[in-house]
Amino acid sequence: MLVILGVFLLIPVLMALWVSFSDWSGRGSPLASTVGFVGLDNYAAVTTESGLARRDFGIALRNNAWYVLLVVPLQTALALFLAVLVNRAVLRGRGFFRTAFYFPSVTSSVAITVLWLFLFSTSGAINEVLSWLGINGPNWFNDPSGVLHNLLGVFGVTTGPEVLTGNDFLGVSWWDWAAGPSVAMSAFILMAIFTTSGTFMLLFIAGLQNIGADVEEAAMMDGANAWQRFWRVTLPQLKPTLFTVLTLGLIGTWQVFDQIYTGTQGGPAKTTLTPAYLSYDSAFISQQWGQGAAIAFVLFVIIVAFTILQRWILRDRPVSRRRARQYEVKGGRS
Amino acid sequence: MSGITPLQADVLAEQRGAAAAPAAPKKRRVGRPRRGLAWQIALYALLLALAAIYIAPFLVQLATSVKTDADAAADPMSLVPNPLTWAAYERLFLNSDFPVWFANSAVVTVFVTAGRVFFNSLAGYALARLRFRGRGVVFAALVAVMAVPTVVLLIPKFLVINQLGIYDSYAGMILPLLVDAAGVFIMKNFFESIPPSVEEQARIDGAGSFRIFWSVVLPMARPALITIVILSFQGSWNELSHFVISTQSPELTTLTKGVASLASGQLSQGSQFPLKLAAAAIMTIPVAVMFFIFQRRIMNASEGAVKE
Repeated sequence: MLVILGVFLLIPVLMALWVSFSDWSGRGSPLASTVGFVGLDNYAAVTTESGLARRDFGIALRNNAWYVLLVVPLQTALALFLAVLVNRAVLRGRGFFRTAFYFPSVTSSVAITVLWLFLFSTSGAINEVLSWLGINGPNWFNDPSGVLHNLLGVFGVTTGPEVLTGNDFLGVSWWDWAAGPSVAMSAFILMAIFTTSGTFMLLFIAGLQNIGADVEEAAMMDGANAWQRFWRVTLPQLKPTLFTVLTLGLIGTWQVFDQIYTGTQGGPAKTTLTPAYLSYDSAFISQQWGQGAAIAFVLFVIIVAFTILQRWILRDRPVSRRRARQYEVKGGRS
Repeated sequence: MSGITPLQADVLAEQRGAAAAPAAPKKRRVGRPRRGLAWQIALYALLLALAAIYIAPFLVQLATSVKTDADAAADPMSLVPNPLTWAAYERLFLNSDFPVWFANSAVVTVFVTAGRVFFNSLAGYALARLRFRGRGVVFAALVAVMAVPTVVLLIPKFLVINQLGIYDSYAGMILPLLVDAAGVFIMKNFFESIPPSVEEQARIDGAGSFRIFWSVVLPMARPALITIVILSFQGSWNELSHFVISTQSPELTTLTKGVASLASGQLSQGSQFPLKLAAAAIMTIPVAVMFFIFQRRIMNASEGAVKE
């Protein structure tokens, strides 16, 4: 069995690493003598050389960055909120509520995407609900406009300052980086929050169960109200769970693939393109195997970097003076 | 879902729960001040509203699957089909490749689940108990593999499947999924929690390593094995990307791949939402059944009821 693990996981990674440094065209073996070593060319094509490959990669990173930025905090907050709600011992129908919140997590991403395409279609359920509120819903999956740009448009701002439009990163101008997720991507963002909050809710419930009631009771005796107890007593003790949830969230959101493959294939106007899908598309559809492999490894580096960054931000620190003061007994020795 | 599947997260929850030492005491707040009735009503109203938001999409899905195309477009929120028609289901089962997709998914899922139960436990046991050279290295590699996102492995997997000459075959679909690092990890943790004295007795009675594994340790591992069954069943039934890169012929299309192609317009003119939603609904049934059978386990996992 370890052989299978090695054959299908370890060796392949090394082979792919080789492909990312080669000009393999997809025919024959990538280890054949006809395949040339091209050094960092594939990496350069997607990061430094101006061209379509770099622009596509930039757009994909932009799209996915917004996805991560919105999905991770929202799914974490919602999951924690649901967990606190259903964790009460006195709550009737706890099982029912937990099941309801968790059920979307067991269905496949393909099935959920099909459902989402229907709900968010022009004449779909979401737009019908919006019309009850007098809102004319957008043509969700065909609308490439960025929601932040749309928001600025309401205030009459339609073009950015020269500083932002004139300069670019990875072939995408800073103004376009700041466009926000497209309307189409927003629908995917809502879907991710819908499907993952239940799973993470379970993790938080586990965390909450592990906290003994005594500390909270002590805080109650000291006169802390429910809000203070949550922020100052419960949440700090949930830190390990929070850590797990954020790590899993970050890893998961940086590799959106199934939804894009099933739903929009990167459209409209490439605004739902993600690095994971782009890597697949470059290799398997466009036969640019080297570039596809290079994108996959850059994505890997990004995920590792974010995980390390998050570990560093959430590391255990000595309590700062300002914070410590909050816990001091008021009106003691002054 | 690519990367961390929901159930992988569950298992983490479970391990956390287990780490909570023997039976985390049920929280019962003593001396809790009596809340106003208004508070209670507001709480239940909020919960019911949230539950409605989580359930409504699936009800709409079921209702739409028995509607006509025109009705689905005209009245998308209505839960009452007008008129009611089974045309979408008839079309799927009698007039399309859908049964083939379903059969393929079933075959793959059965083999992968059986294989994972066997290989993960064997590998987990080896890592937990047997002393062999390079054990530390193997374990480190295992953890490293768990950290590599599935999407990054798409191209590598294809390369190996191609090299081994099993592209576009059941072997190529099943073999690479037979072992998963997370599963080996779960089994290893479980076996380490069993006291070695149990095995020593069997050893004194003259049983060999495999015999001990098979007739002594494995029967004790039932809770962990059930976890692996749930994980693998859901994982392989819902798997998409691996089948996308390992097959191309229509007769090897699985449900996920088939329904995905349906979503992007194959087999249909116009939107044909009833047809697509019916396909997605049928696809959800096996995992839903699995979920309701093992519901107590999945949900209780988070309460530390299962000791691993």
